[in-house]
Amino acid sequence: MPTATQNRPLSPHLQIYRPQITSVLSILHRMTGVALTLGTLLIAYWLIAAASGAEAFAAAQDWIGSFLGVLLLLAWSFSLFYHLCNGVRHLAWDLGLGLEIETVTQTGWVTVAVAGGLTLVAWIVAFAVW
Amino acid sequence: MSLRTPVARARGLGSAKEGAHHWWVQRLTAVALIPLTIWFVISVIGMIAAADSADAGYAAMASWMSNPIAATLMIGFLAFGFYHAALGMQVVYEDYIEPKWLEVAVNVVTRLVLAFFGIASIVSVLMIAFGG
Repeated sequence: MPTATQNRPLSPHLQIYRPQITSVLSILHRMTGVALTLGTLLIAYWLIAAASGAEAFAAAQDWIGSFLGVLLLLAWSFSLFYHLCNGVRHLAWDLGLGLEIETVTQTGWVTVAVAGGLTLVAWIVAFAVW
Repeated sequence: MSLRTPVARARGLGSAKEGAHHWWVQRLTAVALIPLTIWFVISVIGMIAAADSADAGYAAMASWMSNPIAATLMIGFLAFGFYHAALGMQVVYEDYIEPKWLEVAVNVVTRLVLAFFGIASIVSVLMIAFGG
């Protein structure tokens, strides 16, 4: 049965839109959230290894210190800082703060800068004390 | 005709003031995780600083977790973190997974896996804390 609803205009798909700081950061929040969920399993592995004794912990530490381990840790630390900073941004929105579009754009760039800065500082300090 | 009264059917379906529970606990765990995450990162760097060789890593870990406040904060970080992860993953599944039965199945598996690893992590912290 032909109806008017069949010819309704469809909303364009995601890939039609030019990426914007708002949409990109929103997707990044989800992606880092999923990455951190997988990361919690690695924290669990690290803690279980520590509880299993010195040898198991040393093996876990060796794995974390390997090229792949450091790479994962780097991704994990940025995800953690980004999700933390953007999470604060989300909590502010929940309070009704900073919802004007210019403010959202500004706080978006600030979030990226702070998350990147914190990741850098954490790694510099970690290597300095290592 | 059903023997169940309309009230019996309505019960348990969620009343007013309960629908926002997921949203609320997601925010509650998020707020708790702000200071706990900062503490965790600083503490791990502190632990790296305390360990000056591969063997000392285990001793630094044991010494860190033997402090009751550190162990408490660590368990808090893990409990809130795993719970927050489960809540967040559910929202992602709700948005992207079809059909409904698959979304529910994946969510159930995620919840159980995260609960299992969360419990294992906390048990591990307690074992290290008590010198197991």
